[in-house]
Amino acid sequence: MTDIVIQTRGMTKTFGQSIAVNQLDLTVPKGCIYGFLGPNGCGKSTSIRMLTGLLTPSSGRIEVLGYQLPQQAEQLRQRIGYMTQKFSLYDNLTLLENLQFVSKIYGLGGLAASERIKQLMGLYQLEQRKHQMAGSLSGGQKQRLALAAATLHQPDLLFLDEPTSAVDPENRREFWERLFDLSEAGTTILVSTHYMDEAERCHRLAILELGEKRADGTPAELMAAMPVHVLEVSGPGLRAIKQQMLRQPLIVCAAQLGSRLRLLVSDQQQQPELWLSGLLGPAYQIEQVRPSLEDVFVTSTGVGYAEHH
Amino acid sequence: MQSIIRISAIIFKELKQLSRDRITFAMVVMIPLVQLLLFGYAINTDVRYLPAAYVDLSQTASSRLLLDRIRATQVVNFVTHYDSMVAAEQAITEGKVSAVLYLPADLELRLLQLHQAAAKTLARPAGHWVVDGSDPMISSAVRGLRLMPLQEDSKTITKTAVSFEVVSYFNPEQRTAVNIVPGLIAVILTMTMILFTSAAIVREREQGNMEFLITTPIKPLELMLGKIVPYILVGFIQMLIILALGHLLFDVPFAADLLSLFIITFLFICASLALGLLISTKAQTQLQAMQMTVFVLLPSILLSGFMFPFAAMPEPAQWLAELLPATHYVRMIRAVVLREAHWFDLGFDSLCLLLFSLIALSIATARFKKRLD
Repeated sequence: MTDIVIQTRGMTKTFGQSIAVNQLDLTVPKGCIYGFLGPNGCGKSTSIRMLTGLLTPSSGRIEVLGYQLPQQAEQLRQRIGYMTQKFSLYDNLTLLENLQFVSKIYGLGGLAASERIKQLMGLYQLEQRKHQMAGSLSGGQKQRLALAAATLHQPDLLFLDEPTSAVDPENRREFWERLFDLSEAGTTILVSTHYMDEAERCHRLAILELGEKRADGTPAELMAAMPVHVLEVSGPGLRAIKQQMLRQPLIVCAAQLGSRLRLLVSDQQQQPELWLSGLLGPAYQIEQVRPSLEDVFVTSTGVGYAEHH
Repeated sequence: MQSIIRISAIIFKELKQLSRDRITFAMVVMIPLVQLLLFGYAINTDVRYLPAAYVDLSQTASSRLLLDRIRATQVVNFVTHYDSMVAAEQAITEGKVSAVLYLPADLELRLLQLHQAAAKTLARPAGHWVVDGSDPMISSAVRGLRLMPLQEDSKTITKTAVSFEVVSYFNPEQRTAVNIVPGLIAVILTMTMILFTSAAIVREREQGNMEFLITTPIKPLELMLGKIVPYILVGFIQMLIILALGHLLFDVPFAADLLSLFIITFLFICASLALGLLISTKAQTQLQAMQMTVFVLLPSILLSGFMFPFAAMPEPAQWLAELLPATHYVRMIRAVVLREAHWFDLGFDSLCLLLFSLIALSIATARFKKRLD
């Protein structure tokens, strides 16, 4: 096995008539934090379940850590960690009992297990809560417990399915710090999310929509490769201006952000600033701004968080 | 070695969760306790004090004497009387009484004829019983009054010769509880064992624990065994509660041969637990698991010989009943508790339970996929 941890070709999953994941080609290098970005129902969870061997693909080839899936799923299990979208540890066991249970399930016993549990509880600040029932923990504590459980056996590859959906921003930032630690230590991480700021933290990204991959690459690459200019306009009557702008065929998208109107202008227009000031007149300030991942998302998916052509 | 660590992890987890689930924990004890009290006292095949009425057209001292003597049998309890059979039949239809005794106007004459004729001629009966025959047990109880002697005077009682003498072994007083209590273990274990195991696995699926568990290296058989073992203990506790209370309250003999008792009960618990696991591979929700448990439970009560004699059922029903673990266990536990049989006297039933357990466990393990599709 070289430096590629996950490789899929034409990975497809259908449920009856509907296609959940369609012809997905993925290449995830070792040690990278790889993000699946997409709206709910875009096939993120289904893809992760196929990559962990929980679902059998309808067609396509999957190779994870050198194992062919789904045939060699059982060998793979000792080497991967999986943090499910829903909290999947036991509510009526204490934090410590949950970790002890997981350690035994992975065949870790005795001193090694208790050392490792102690280390994890320290790392994820769970020490004071160790005799508390898992069901009574806060969202952030549950999430850290789940991460501790998923990494207890020191897996080479970690799958996180929307890990921060029930967590406040402060805890989310802390959580990502831990993920970077793991990544630094050589763990490859595949994380699904529908948060832009979270996606921006990934080394590489795949943008999924309706089960298909719309784009992939590093966040910087994705931004650079966008066939649009990003500009912001400020001035009076932005609601009306927005409708007017959307009638222009060269404007891909217009979205209001407070007192500014963010416009994505096709790169067929070489000088967007001049062109826009011609259209709008002198009452408006126009400036070209740094593109964000949301712009990437909007231009590559066709449905987005803003209106578009 | 890793297998044993993993199985013990599941066992410990299961026991801890069970001890924290107060309602379930209470049910482990309360189900056998309450059901035993309820059934032990309530189920009785000796029919007594049937509500009855009489229509006495003779209105004589003899008729009143006769009514008193019938009352003294305790089979019926005359709650009322009517002036005509029309009114009496209406009372049966309405369910006010189960039987009506009709004494004709010429009762004295009939009694006299009966007395003189003895067995020589076909004398007319002294009166009629009209019975609500929809329940055969009730009508046969009243039917038992047909041959009751009419006179106290011992000289005049016609002694009919007995064709056979009956000697009743094991339950000479013919108390129903003696037969019911051991059978009750079968019914209660069927219910709790199947339900607990099936629910224990389905709950993990419902609450999302299973998705995590099946991405770990645990093997299906390890999971199944880990889930079964704690409930074997629960089953033994329930058996002991029923037998001990049955002994204290209803004088049911406590099994003389404890080893046999434990061996046959172990076999039955294993069969029920394996069936529970099998259900859990099919049921998606705890409600479905419950429904499937009831599907097995009802025939286990009605066909196993617990309520009605096995031999009385038509042959196809007997074959069907042989498929139920409860049938074999009812037979064995009665043999061991009441007739002091040894487990090796009961080879066929033991073998059936063993086979049932192995087959059900294999199918459950094969059907349990570490997959979501």
